[in-house]
Amino acid sequence: MRATIVTQTIDHDSLLREVTDERRGASALFLGTVRSINDGREVRAIEYSAYEDMAEREMMAVLREAESQFAGTRLVAEHRIGLLNVGDVSIAIAAAHEHRSPALDALRYAIDEIKTRAPIWKREHYVDGSEAWVDPSHAVTR
Amino acid sequence: MLITVRLFASYADKLGIRDTSLNLPDAARVTDALFSITSLPGRESLPRNPLVAVNQVYASLDTPLAAGDEVAFIPPVAGG
Repeated sequence: MRATIVTQTIDHDSLLREVTDERRGASALFLGTVRSINDGREVRAIEYSAYEDMAEREMMAVLREAESQFAGTRLVAEHRIGLLNVGDVSIAIAAAHEHRSPALDALRYAIDEIKTRAPIWKREHYVDGSEAWVDPSHAVTR
Repeated sequence: MLITVRLFASYADKLGIRDTSLNLPDAARVTDALFSITSLPGRESLPRNPLVAVNQVYASLDTPLAAGDEVAFIPPVAGG
């Protein structure tokens, strides 16, 4: 189990290799990427920042909970901070288990909890030159 | 007693500070730290009940503080 805040490109293949072994026949990967449209506005880039030590601690707590609820699952997560362009991967979580259901369920639990608990923020940079902090409590979709 | 206050993202922008030290009475709670950093003239206010953490663990405005604590006021999180 590992949760890390990084500043470089996420190598998601290495995350998969980290959780997979001969006994775990099911691997699942979640990637979050910067998309070009949010709330109808054209996005050029997103600047991510974090309370880094606490974010890693909270991500680790989430992974620990997931591994506890879905026994036998192994998880790793990386969240990137800094200025990311459209299409860049901001978060990657890999899960592996002997069977697919616990791997997928643990992955779903991990991304949902990390999004609501890890102290990480994003400021969107729009194509028109303006910028705004994102407040998901005002969002209509997850 | 001296505590450290950390602000991030939109809250840091609103108050114009990121990290600062406060000298609070010994029986102070998180709410006293919040009042202290938002009561200076010209400062924009934060929400009345923001997310807070003490020493990197989520806490509440009623959480008692000790000397050396690190209090963080946490804007709505938006990771992923």
